[in-house]
Amino acid sequence: MPSIAKPRVAHPSAQLNQIGLKQRDYEGVMSTLCAGCGHDSVTAAIVRALWELSIEPHMLAKMSGIGCSSKTPAYFVNGAHGFNSAHGRMPPIATGANAANRELLYIGVSGDGDSLSIGLGHLCHAIRRNLRMVYLIENNGVYGLTKGQFSASADVGSKSKRGEANQMSPIDPMLLGLSLGATFLARGFSGDKEQLVPILKAAIEHRGFAMVDIISPCVTFNDHNGSTKSYLYTRQHQIEATQMDFVPPAREILAEIGTAGEIAVTLHDGSVVRFKQTPEGYDPTNRSAVSRYLEEHAGTGKIVTGLLYVNEAGPELHELNHTPAHALTKVPYEKLCPGSKVLAEMQQGWR
Amino acid sequence: MKPTDVQDPNYFHKVVDCQWACPAHTNVPEYIRLIAQGRYTDSYMLNRESNVFPAILGRTCDRPCEPACRRGRLEDAKPVAICRLKRVASDLKGDISHLLPSIPQKKNGKRLACIGAGPASLAVANDLMPLGYQITMFEKLPQAGGLMRSNIPAFRLPGTIIDEETGVILDMGVDIRYNTPVDSMRSLLRDNFDAVFVGTGAPRGKNLEIPGRYQTDRIHIGIDWLESVAFKHIESIGERVLIIGVGNTAMDCCRTSRRLGGKDIKVMARRPRTFFKASPWELEDAEEEGVEILINHAPSRFVLENGKLIGMEFERLEWDEQARKSKTIDTIFLPADDVILAIGQENSFPWIERDLGIEFDKWDMPVVNETTLQSTLPNVFFGGDAALGPKNIIWAVEQAHQAAISIHNFCHGSAVTERPAPGVNLITQKMGMSEWSYHNDYNPSARQKMQHVDLTERFRELNVEVELGFSAEQTAREVQRCLNCDIETVFTPKRCIECDACIDICPVACLTIAPNGEEEDLRTRLSAPAFNLDQALYVSAPLPQTGRIMAKDEDVCVHCGLCAERCPTAAWDMQKFEILISQASGTPEWNTTLVPA
Repeated sequence: MPSIAKPRVAHPSAQLNQIGLKQRDYEGVMSTLCAGCGHDSVTAAIVRALWELSIEPHMLAKMSGIGCSSKTPAYFVNGAHGFNSAHGRMPPIATGANAANRELLYIGVSGDGDSLSIGLGHLCHAIRRNLRMVYLIENNGVYGLTKGQFSASADVGSKSKRGEANQMSPIDPMLLGLSLGATFLARGFSGDKEQLVPILKAAIEHRGFAMVDIISPCVTFNDHNGSTKSYLYTRQHQIEATQMDFVPPAREILAEIGTAGEIAVTLHDGSVVRFKQTPEGYDPTNRSAVSRYLEEHAGTGKIVTGLLYVNEAGPELHELNHTPAHALTKVPYEKLCPGSKVLAEMQQGWR
Repeated sequence: MKPTDVQDPNYFHKVVDCQWACPAHTNVPEYIRLIAQGRYTDSYMLNRESNVFPAILGRTCDRPCEPACRRGRLEDAKPVAICRLKRVASDLKGDISHLLPSIPQKKNGKRLACIGAGPASLAVANDLMPLGYQITMFEKLPQAGGLMRSNIPAFRLPGTIIDEETGVILDMGVDIRYNTPVDSMRSLLRDNFDAVFVGTGAPRGKNLEIPGRYQTDRIHIGIDWLESVAFKHIESIGERVLIIGVGNTAMDCCRTSRRLGGKDIKVMARRPRTFFKASPWELEDAEEEGVEILINHAPSRFVLENGKLIGMEFERLEWDEQARKSKTIDTIFLPADDVILAIGQENSFPWIERDLGIEFDKWDMPVVNETTLQSTLPNVFFGGDAALGPKNIIWAVEQAHQAAISIHNFCHGSAVTERPAPGVNLITQKMGMSEWSYHNDYNPSARQKMQHVDLTERFRELNVEVELGFSAEQTAREVQRCLNCDIETVFTPKRCIECDACIDICPVACLTIAPNGEEEDLRTRLSAPAFNLDQALYVSAPLPQTGRIMAKDEDVCVHCGLCAERCPTAAWDMQKFEILISQASGTPEWNTTLVPA
């Protein structure tokens, strides 16, 4: 843990965003994670994305469960709402919060243990409901907080710090998401913010469940030779399926959409995600093709990154349930819960 | 860009902005840390090593360090009060006699004559007495100190302070001859000194040749008038005083006039305020005392009535933006009882015969080598204002250090061009996990304001020192404002795993990992653009994993050490930089007083 808090002094040229905040205003408390932890870089990418999108801190809710990853929400946007839930229970808590107040931006930060082991069932149903939130998996292949046992995302053959190889088959959250009807799937790397920040911005603007699997090396227990989630291995085996650029609504007219070799997807708020396909013919809107591409690469040790799949047409939780356009928290209590007398009258009508 | 060579003594020296800007390269951050630790005597002695007169300079230095201070480039834009802290060290120091260099009983047989007993000559004596020289110092006035004594008023620099710091040097056994002006270099050279050092300053105030100049005795030359006041030959002045010129001497003249009976005092400047020569703080101090400063007035003539000065006529000017060209708007008259001319000073060497082999240039200045301070007569050296024209005390001290090296070489048969090279120490400050030997936190305190004696109290007597010095609380706050720019971020590329931790934690966006490029291009691609071209980019060799480079913009680094604390592989380390500057006595060993307490 650092000896001091990050000094409250900024670069003299630090810019303000549209709501008059500096990037430093989106920071949280000092991280107590290990020095060099990928999660801190993910935090920095979140800070940058939120600042660039001029998100109002009081309109943000930070959700998490248990694990190194789940400490992350403390490290960004001090002025936001937040809930640190029981292990693996972040998706249902986020579902409840979102049901009550759909106007907030929900960012859930989880890890491979929290999401793919103890919380896997909850994650699946959040995907199925297409809950509107950003769901980040800080994926390092080990249980860092309990000293480096393999997690459910560890690749077959990946070696622990002691030299033992993992033998159980991994869960790939991207393939899992595709099979469950996810509407936004992306994979990034904590060591590549040029790619990660646009992904996060697109995820924030996505109307639905946006899952981002981020390879975030555990510098203490999984950054050695033989690990398939180290900084070096990830750099050597990363394939960018898509190079993408996030174009906010205001710039849409200026951006030349649909030039040769590019696919553009317009998000719900009018912003545009532009893709440049690195592998010839990769189409992030074609679910079966994406599924095939990911399966082909799963066995080769390659790590496919970029915005892998997006579907803006899928209805999200509130649309499925025909809830009011504004937050239920704004509906007067008497209207939300008309009382036993109204209930009795309703039931009378069905007799 | 090529990888930065941090073994080059100049690289990190430039990062220590204050030390680099100081002509004598005073180790500012280290002396401030020593003050913070309550080690005032050590702090004073560290100062003394390079600038020789810490107590005097702590009150009067021109402070080239402060505009250079990195803190001045941050949000609050006010540099550390470096000069005031120097005074704190000297105010609170203990006995230093046991810490002074010992003077050998057995002399080295070399005799040196120093002409003038100002800062330059004294600093030469300070460097050479410990080496066994026999030094004879000639001074025209009855006291030592030169212009520090005669031209800086006692309310800024008390005589007792000059006595103390000049006394330390004279007590090394200098043969000082007061009231002994040197009238002839020829006859001095006949005395067969091994070397002669000329430290006579710039003793002649510039004159203003306009109508009426010589028809009254109420027009004074600034530096001569100040000297007469210092030695109590003048004790009063008229009520209405005009000061012509707006340099630091003008400030001393107007404030002195205020204490001698002047009531309506105007400082007359030809040009707009941004072009003034006086230090901003001296202008403020003068205005605090009710002195009026008028801009864009050019003197045209002195006005006399029945042989008595009644005032002056000025042309009012309008300047272009760079204040190069002006046009006259009109002419105005300002009444005055006395006028003081403070429009600069110059050298004058009527006592050096021109056939001795000492060459003079077309401006009648001696031809002096800027590095060695040697004149064209090999055994004659110059220093201070006498050498290369009027500068200030701290430059005089630095030139004296250099002249002392030359004199020492010359007297021992080596070439004066053989200058000892500086040494460098870089030592890690890591004491443990996230633990450093220096206080690395950033302190947001504002610059402390010097407290002054009440206006009524300060005019009661001529020599009431105006500045009270910092209180204990002020000192405690001000020392923590220093960013410790000598504790350097040192990078070992082969250890870096490019995890971005340092980049993410840096509060001032100094760090970037990026593909290499030419400097001009790289400066635009950093985490924060690096537009201050005076500040270096620290560029690493290619990094092992991607071949990109680590680049650090030194400009606004607050030296908090968080990059090193968050680095998992200790690729970043905080290392204390110490430049070992050579003097006549040689290159210093590692200075053991600097080891953390």
